[in-house]
Amino acid sequence: MSISVKNLSKHYDQQKAVDSISFEALPGRILGFLGPNGAGKSTTMRMLTGYLMPTSGIAEVSNQNIISQSIEAKKHIGYLPENTPLYTEMYVKEFLSFVGETYKLNNIASRVDEVIKLVGLTPEQHKKISMLSKGYRQRVGLAQAIIHNPDVLILDEPTSGLDPNQLVDIRALIKELGKNKTVIISTHIMQEVEAICDDIIIINKGKIVANDSLEGIKKAYHQDSLEEIFRKLTA
Amino acid sequence: MYAVFKRELFSFLSSMVAYITIGIFLLISGLLLWFFPDTSILDYGYAEMGGFFSLAPYLFMFLIPAITMRSFAEERREGTYELLITKPITVSQIIVAKFLASLVLVFFSLIPTFVYCYSISKLGFPEGNIDSGAVIGSYIGLFFLGAAFTAMGIFASALTKNQVIAFVICAALCAFAFLGFDYTSQLPFLQNFQNSILSFGINQHYASISRGVLDTRDLIYFITLTVLFLVFTKVTIGGKR
Repeated sequence: MSISVKNLSKHYDQQKAVDSISFEALPGRILGFLGPNGAGKSTTMRMLTGYLMPTSGIAEVSNQNIISQSIEAKKHIGYLPENTPLYTEMYVKEFLSFVGETYKLNNIASRVDEVIKLVGLTPEQHKKISMLSKGYRQRVGLAQAIIHNPDVLILDEPTSGLDPNQLVDIRALIKELGKNKTVIISTHIMQEVEAICDDIIIINKGKIVANDSLEGIKKAYHQDSLEEIFRKLTA
Repeated sequence: MYAVFKRELFSFLSSMVAYITIGIFLLISGLLLWFFPDTSILDYGYAEMGGFFSLAPYLFMFLIPAITMRSFAEERREGTYELLITKPITVSQIIVAKFLASLVLVFFSLIPTFVYCYSISKLGFPEGNIDSGAVIGSYIGLFFLGAAFTAMGIFASALTKNQVIAFVICAALCAFAFLGFDYTSQLPFLQNFQNSILSFGINQHYASISRGVLDTRDLIYFITLTVLFLVFTKVTIGGKR
């Protein structure tokens, strides 16, 4: 079991951003995390990756407890935060080498070249990150998430703000990565879910309202349009 | 931890931060020490470094906040802190790495001033007649003072996402730690505690080391002060999760 979450909660004073959710994610499958803005998607991802401390509950990533074995757990996770924060004053290669060093990788230079090729950054590899367009920054974000070849990838809105060509490229890349990793992506785009996700979790006001495979959820609601199901569950 | 330290130091050196702060430090101390007649060593007539060492803490009060203000404030504003903390590094390692990178920069700003020391010793009569014990002691004192100010700056930067606020808080903290206790001790109703209040201030310990007497109590004072503010930083950053 790559990710297992039990009764995970995050409260801010009285507000329950995430309210006792439980789910599991399996290797080789891509899990789509859906929900309206403010539903708790990012908060959940931030707890899994160790940025936020859960108020209560347990979560394990590759059998490592995210609180008591946080450093070990973090080594197994590749994370792309929302809005792709990057050190924009650094050069692409310099930044990726830095990330590689934080994971204490060997042969960093060759690994950096590998991921640059993998995410299609080759034409821009000698530029400063601040010079890159949004699409290429997104690729840098993905490259830093996969540089240590993690078992688990957590991507928070990896395709927001991309043009249709870039969308297709990035989706294909995520799909490729999902073949042997556990991938969780959050998104608002229903076509994207249809295109790449195997499983779906819909979250609303901090609670899980649906957790099923893509086919399963369509069958359960006798609906072929994911958009309709989403509206029904969260509106 | 080394990766973060290296990145921080390179970002200082590849941006203008390092050159401008060190440059201004050298410009002001050079002008005051050699050029303006009121404070110039040449007009003073005694070949000693005392002028520089009494001036440097005041320059550090403005330069160190300028170096440290970005460390956490900028990362948290840009969101890169999320990137950093989700790597397999602990909060303590990040804090120490940032502290050391800033401290190295402070150290870099001191290196060129060895030229002053050399020039003054050449100006002495007979040549080379300089109180080397006091000079070495003062440099050690200044370095420890810089370390304490840097820790305060890192702490101030952790309090806010706004770099200007971080700068002002740090400058105020440094000024208070350096001078505040001296002034407080002069209040009439605190007369009885004057000595103990004075001993909380940086000034007394700095002056004591500057005499060339390395007292372990002074060193312990500086190390405690530095570690204390790094611990405060950890509590502040940790509390925001």
